[in-house]
Amino acid sequence: MQQFLNGISIGSIYALFAIGFTLVFGILDRLNLAHPSVFAVSAFVGIELVERVGLSIWTALPVVFLVGGLLGLVIERVAFRPLKNRPDAHFAGLISSIAIAGMLIALLQWRYGPDTRRFPPGSFPGTDFEVVGARVTLVQVVIVAVSIALMVALTYLVTRTRLGRGMRAIAENPTAARVLGVNVDRVTAWTFAISSALGAVAGVLFAINVNTAQLGMGAAIELKGLAVIIVGGMGSLPGALIGGLLLGLAEVFAVEYVGSSWRDVIAFGLLFAILLLRPQGLLGARKVREV
Amino acid sequence: MSESILGVSDLRVRYGRVEAVRGVSFEARRGQLVTLVGANGAGKSSVLNAVSGLLRPAGGRITFEGQDVTRVPAHKLVRRGLVQVPEGRQILATLTIEENLRMGGWHAGGRAREAIDAMYARFPVLAERRGLPAGSLSGGEQQMLAIARALVAGPTVMLMDEPSMGLAPKIVDEVFRVIEEIRRSGTTVVLVEQNARRALRAADHGYVLQTGEVVQSGPADELLADERIIAAYLGGDGAVDQR
Ligand SMILES: Nc1ncnc2c1ncn2[C@@H]1O[C@H](COP(=O)(O)OP(=O)(O)OP(=O)(O)O)[C@@H](O)[C@H]1O
Ligand SMILES: [Mg+2]
Repeated sequence: MQQFLNGISIGSIYALFAIGFTLVFGILDRLNLAHPSVFAVSAFVGIELVERVGLSIWTALPVVFLVGGLLGLVIERVAFRPLKNRPDAHFAGLISSIAIAGMLIALLQWRYGPDTRRFPPGSFPGTDFEVVGARVTLVQVVIVAVSIALMVALTYLVTRTRLGRGMRAIAENPTAARVLGVNVDRVTAWTFAISSALGAVAGVLFAINVNTAQLGMGAAIELKGLAVIIVGGMGSLPGALIGGLLLGLAEVFAVEYVGSSWRDVIAFGLLFAILLLRPQGLLGARKVREV
Repeated sequence: MSESILGVSDLRVRYGRVEAVRGVSFEARRGQLVTLVGANGAGKSSVLNAVSGLLRPAGGRITFEGQDVTRVPAHKLVRRGLVQVPEGRQILATLTIEENLRMGGWHAGGRAREAIDAMYARFPVLAERRGLPAGSLSGGEQQMLAIARALVAGPTVMLMDEPSMGLAPKIVDEVFRVIEEIRRSGTTVVLVEQNARRALRAADHGYVLQTGEVVQSGPADELLADERIIAAYLGGDGAVDQR
């Protein structure tokens, strides 16, 4: 039970990260490989906000959300928009977003050096609860609650609001969206902003969960995020949620019952097994994407 | 005669080194139905897409309601009432019919609901299936949806690109009936068609396009009466398409 709860809390962070990733992919058909660097940057920004500005870790969350959104706007503007009319826009965006990621990580290194950073002592409430025989910290509860709240809000946005309808129209048929009067550039920018804001919150939550931020944390989650969105079904938001939770659980149980060096073997092995059974991903559409 | 609401002069469209539209000029007066006819590849869609802001013209000038809109992007033109029913319908297949119509009202705000209900009254098929994905409609129904969706935007000028394409004759009749209604409601229509006779019969004024240029123009009935034009540029009934 204890392991299950730990798996859910790390898994909900993976899910939040992956949902941001898959949002841009599903709507704009672009893979934004700067997403993991937003995750890392935000962890450092979160610690900075607590340490220097004196915010509590909880009030830092909405600030990081906004910082992430701004980063998303910059990434779209610099790495994607200038290339959008090229015939090789997919590939070009992939490369330029890797370049942005490299720059962001280099800036982090310049500012903070290579060392691991932690929240100042006393940042975390000591409160914890007993849940059916397992120990759950308040921090874990908040991580799961924040992740769920953001995912619910995103689902509402995509399915019920005007902006969401614009996003789905673009996902379905960008030409039709333009003909109908959608400002595709504006909706695209919003999509990047929201995606990065989610990735940013995932980054601080991750740092809160393990009380560390490291330069390599973006690279570490990148592959997991990609695996999750492939397993969930490219572009599927609920798929990314389920994929993220599964990965979190698989990792925690692998460490507990097999050994920590087997963590990735088991976790990724499970994901491969799912793809063998369902090549289109858990919730992926069966249709083949038209190029 | 009423004033010109849409004016196009010396329009040029280029795709890389290919010049698809080479100095096309035409105009539509308020309330008129104007048609651009021509064979495959004549440049009809290129003209419409440049007018609607989907394509940036390489040259020329487009005015709408007296203002220069040559390089105004599509989303701003839709807001101003220049609305296109694109070639191939371009419905949002996985969205529901209701959602497609609401997308038509993207800029219409509160007026959209009323307009959508009016469309349901006019097209009962759409009302019956409002909750279904638009992709489940037949070709003819999808064309009606595309037209209805454009009407929800509240157009003053409607650009229609081959609305009869790929439809059975009975459905084509229905499409032209709808176009006639739209015109009677006071909306200006620019209709692009390969089905030249049919389009000219419905239109006030016609322009014949060939390889990116206007080769004939005039009142629709005169063009229609001149068998030589039909034969030379548009192909007679049942005759092979002449390019
Ligand atoms: N995206 C494009 N890239 C390159 N060439 C194009 C493109 N779109 C159209 N063309 C070329 O421009 C010319 C005019 O095409 P356009 O689609 O405007 O003709 P059309 O009159 O609408 O034809 P149709 O009746 O087949 O729809 C054609 O020679 C076509 O091959
Ligand atoms: Mg065409």
